[in-house]
Amino acid sequence: MKTNQLILTFSSISENVGITRMLIASVGAQLDLPLNDIEELKVAVSEAVSNAIIHGYKNNPNHIVYLDLDITNDTLKIIVKDEGCGISNVEQAMQPAYSTDPERMGLGFVFMQSFMDELQVESTLEVGTTVTMMKHFKQTPTASH
Amino acid sequence: MNLEKKIERLTLLLRLDGELDMHTASMVRQAIDSEIEKRGIRTVILNLQDVRFIDSSGLGVILGRYKKLLSLGGKLKITNVPPHIYKIMELSGLPKIINFYLDEAHAYEEGRGA
Repeated sequence: MKTNQLILTFSSISENVGITRMLIASVGAQLDLPLNDIEELKVAVSEAVSNAIIHGYKNNPNHIVYLDLDITNDTLKIIVKDEGCGISNVEQAMQPAYSTDPERMGLGFVFMQSFMDELQVESTLEVGTTVTMMKHFKQTPTASH
Repeated sequence: MNLEKKIERLTLLLRLDGELDMHTASMVRQAIDSEIEKRGIRTVILNLQDVRFIDSSGLGVILGRYKKLLSLGGKLKITNVPPHIYKIMELSGLPKIINFYLDEAHAYEEGRGA
């Protein structure tokens, strides 16, 4: 079984959201995932990382966000973690159209849910939030070198 | 994100080029809101042809401009949406409330002289 792991820790600034999308797109391409799946992974990662910065850290740039990609032969696991304020009611936060801001659509979790095969959110107030997302894929036979 | 602005009477045409996420959303918001406030713009046409990525932050800024214009008796129109961007927009329900047009010419035409 071929496995791979990538860990990225980065400042909680909006510029870094694009970098996490580039990383997941590269990993998706390496796994030979269809372009449409890669587009969806980019949205899911973008939402999770944006949530960590906007909600977890309330846009304070002096914090760290953790992104962990675990790849096994048929599953891509994406973990996005912050050590921010936490979510008081995870179930409510995951409802469509739930938003704390009228400029936002409350679709972050909806997109993560629709684009990933599994989504798990663990949160503790004043400790932080960990979002774990899984995407299963068909193993592609790797050419021998 | 690159923005190209064109103003013709009370219509602002904005061509977006880049990725529309939380990082670029505030730039788009300011570009539109400042024209609404400064020049009394009431129709905004957003050309999304060169938008390569959108997420809920990007959709949020579009919805926010729609609501703002609506409250002023204005209109937001969207043109040239690439298919993979449209898929995300469709999932959000945005096309049910905002008018989409094939291109800029169609967006200008509708409502003109009415």
